[in-house]
Amino acid sequence: MADYMPHTPDEISEMLGFLGMTSVDELFVAIPAALQLGRALNLPDGHSEPDVRADFQAYARRNSGASSTLLCFAGAGSYDHEIPPVVKALGSRSEFVTAYTPYQPEVAQGVLQAVFEFQTMVARLAGLPISNASLYDGAASLVEAVNLTAASSGNPVVWISSGVQPHWRQVLATFAEGTGHDIRDVPLRNGQADFSSMTGTPGVIVVANPTYLGTLDDVEGAKALALQHGAKLVVAADPITASLLKSPGSQGADVVIGEGQALGTPLSFGGPYLGLFACADAELRRLPGRLVGETLDVDGTRAYVTTLRAREQDIRREKATSNVCSNQTLMAVWAAIQLGWLGTKGIREVALRSIQGTRYLRDELIKIDGVEALTGDAPVTRDAAVVLPISASLAIERLAEEGFLAGISVSALTGGGDRSIDASVVENTLLVAATEKRTRVEIDALVAATEKIVR
Amino acid sequence: MKSTINQAPGGKASSAPLMGSAAEPTLFELSVPGRSAYQLRTTGVPEMPLESLIPASLLRESDVDIAEVSERDLVAHFTRLSHRQFSVDLGFYPLGSCTMKYNPKFCDEVANMVGLVDVHPATPASLSQGWIELLVELEADLCEITGMAAVTLQPAAGAAGELTGLLLMSAYHRARGDRRKRILIPDSAHGTNPASVTLGGYEVTTIPSDERGLVDVAAVKAALDTDVAGIMLTNPNTVGLFEEEIAEIAAAVHDVGGLLYYDGANLNAILGVVRPGDMGFDIMHMNVHKTFATPHGGGGPGAGPVAVSQRLVEYLPGPKPVRLEDGNYGYETPPHSIGRMHSWHGNAMVLARTLAYIKVHGGDGLRRVAERAVLNANWLRKRIEGDYPPAYDRVCMHEVVVSAGAIKRETGAKALDIAKALLEEGFHAPTVYFPLIVDEALMFEPTETESLQTLEALAQSLEKIAAKAISDPGSLALAPQSTPVRRVDEARAARQLIPTFDAR
Repeated sequence: MADYMPHTPDEISEMLGFLGMTSVDELFVAIPAALQLGRALNLPDGHSEPDVRADFQAYARRNSGASSTLLCFAGAGSYDHEIPPVVKALGSRSEFVTAYTPYQPEVAQGVLQAVFEFQTMVARLAGLPISNASLYDGAASLVEAVNLTAASSGNPVVWISSGVQPHWRQVLATFAEGTGHDIRDVPLRNGQADFSSMTGTPGVIVVANPTYLGTLDDVEGAKALALQHGAKLVVAADPITASLLKSPGSQGADVVIGEGQALGTPLSFGGPYLGLFACADAELRRLPGRLVGETLDVDGTRAYVTTLRAREQDIRREKATSNVCSNQTLMAVWAAIQLGWLGTKGIREVALRSIQGTRYLRDELIKIDGVEALTGDAPVTRDAAVVLPISASLAIERLAEEGFLAGISVSALTGGGDRSIDASVVENTLLVAATEKRTRVEIDALVAATEKIVR
Repeated sequence: MKSTINQAPGGKASSAPLMGSAAEPTLFELSVPGRSAYQLRTTGVPEMPLESLIPASLLRESDVDIAEVSERDLVAHFTRLSHRQFSVDLGFYPLGSCTMKYNPKFCDEVANMVGLVDVHPATPASLSQGWIELLVELEADLCEITGMAAVTLQPAAGAAGELTGLLLMSAYHRARGDRRKRILIPDSAHGTNPASVTLGGYEVTTIPSDERGLVDVAAVKAALDTDVAGIMLTNPNTVGLFEEEIAEIAAAVHDVGGLLYYDGANLNAILGVVRPGDMGFDIMHMNVHKTFATPHGGGGPGAGPVAVSQRLVEYLPGPKPVRLEDGNYGYETPPHSIGRMHSWHGNAMVLARTLAYIKVHGGDGLRRVAERAVLNANWLRKRIEGDYPPAYDRVCMHEVVVSAGAIKRETGAKALDIAKALLEEGFHAPTVYFPLIVDEALMFEPTETESLQTLEALAQSLEKIAAKAISDPGSLALAPQSTPVRRVDEARAARQLIPTFDAR
């Protein structure tokens, strides 16, 4: 009977006596007997930690992980980057891990300052003056960005590039049932959002830089279109490649969002990740989530505090524009540490090597007879899509036998395809990514294995 | 009421003196051009020049300034920051409504196992059978704990769970050709409830609490009609009391075709004692960072699984992990799914910790969790009632709301001053000014993992503070004195906003 509670039987008796009770059941006197369970929960009895560890080892053995059995060439927002021991050691300090939301700033300066540093780094990467303390993940940031900009423009029509990560768009569609936003997908041509078929007047335009296919939407063109329609511009960016590309802020984005997993969070089967959210000054009063600001304490010492709290749900209640309460503070702290480790030069190096690796992999794959680049000559960044002569799902299964997670089936990712991909090739489209961790030997081995299975 | 407990050493953080009081520069101020810490793999990948990969017109003209520090400086910086931070591991965190119980290290360890932490979320089902099995097993356990028919693990936190629940309500009514507009919410509800209602496309009708601190059943009945999609309740509610008439409320809401949403924030109090499904609820979320001890992380990550009764199963988000007929695991999307609520499968690492916690405790241990949480809260209620009368003088559940209204009237010391003085005593402050319906509210939730000696230490500090409020009322307004910083100027933070280092 293992647990984490300190009470001895004597103490329980003593505490009950203090309350004038003789049995713990009396504590629940307010709960009508007819409603009480009246039996034990139908779960196994408690097991010791070593016993439960064995259960988890069994789960782990039935997975293929990137650091154990499979070399990871999958991306689409989740990347296998180097996370150094220093990030793991600092990020697992229990002062960060087991703290609550910093509502008492006098004893929460550690988390508050780390988040302030995170906000600074994200704002710099985005090229915008404001970043919040994070949201749940890339999809949540997209939803909140659309909520903010639709309210800000006063027009609920959203034109969204089909290059935005497909699962994020699916989440946006789910939320639109509640918000009533009119979400319209913009098709891709050569890997870039093509607005020529769009009619009507958008209140929000969302483009991706890069797209989930690794290509680059025309942000400046989208900005011109937004200005023409009086719409707000949201750019979904990747924080790593943002160190090389022109900043969305400098190109006129009102809101920049992204998935921050690449900044120190392991693949983690998809969560928890880190939603990035930066915006222009004009949007500040609608900013979702928490914001840390610098101030002074009564002695005039520099101090940090969550600020502009009047925006948040616990104060505005039904008038709030966002219901977000928790965020991903721990992952934001990890990101600040990881970015501190990478520094100004290191993040560029990781971005460049990831693009070089992915491009090399893509170029080698399309040398195979019958394999083609999905997006033709369009530049690719950290992801790239190739069309195989066989089903991508089948290729992934067979390449797993050779020790590779060869990529992602675009058909699976998009739920059978969407307007971004020609229906005739979607089943055979494989999305690949090579981070700075993948060597030429590993890439060449994947290409050789692919050549064998598509023959 | 006095106790006979001899307070043993420990139990409280020696607070401020343990934590760094010297200001720590930002990473940007520690930066020296030319320093670096990163080390990357030697890959042998051809080094194609950037300009040959991406058109120059799309590239930055200068580097993004992040920071340039050595690994040693990086370690010192974040270690010193960690010394300026209170945490559950350091001391008692009686923060009402937040269930700041001890987070077992074991749960962190098993979730971080190779084979779990390093799995890409797009890994095909055939290659991630262990993860899917884990999630399916967790869903089944949560069904038993809640008395519900099915669970989705996708919502990333409680608030996302609430919105999921409201979208489920909407889908349910819509399938019946029914467009309902209103959701009933008690005035004691968490702020996320009304905010979620608005985002779910509904309007809020606020229901008053009665003099017992419970939902006014007559007011609920008066507000019910066929325009009401449902009601959102927390039970035990936010004043720590069980809504005794829940069965009557459930029947009345169901009678007009409405649904009942259970805010699981306070589930810890009733584990193994009474189940939301048995109370008549149709939808609920769980805050696993509260009930199942996953670490709060300074404000996240959470996970907010949503459980539903049979009539809502077909609307759950998808794809959903399932055990297939052949015994393997895969994904299925329910027939009338509201769609996807998360980029991938939910906050999997948080969910893995949840399952580990449930397995260690088992059905018997979870019931003990509730018993001891409620025992601790009631012992504390009784112990401090002399100076801090409970807002509602009854047996409470896992938390107790007391009022500092009398102290304020007599001495001028506010609930906030008492909270800040507790920081000086080495405890985290309780929740203050919530729920909104209690004057000068202080909400204590001791949780089941704190010892009797620790509760006694808190009680003694509270007595000391109450005495000081009378003898030297001005001193409380100056507390805390020896924390890393003292009271901060929140108005200045908002007025002269400095959200980044570059805005200084």
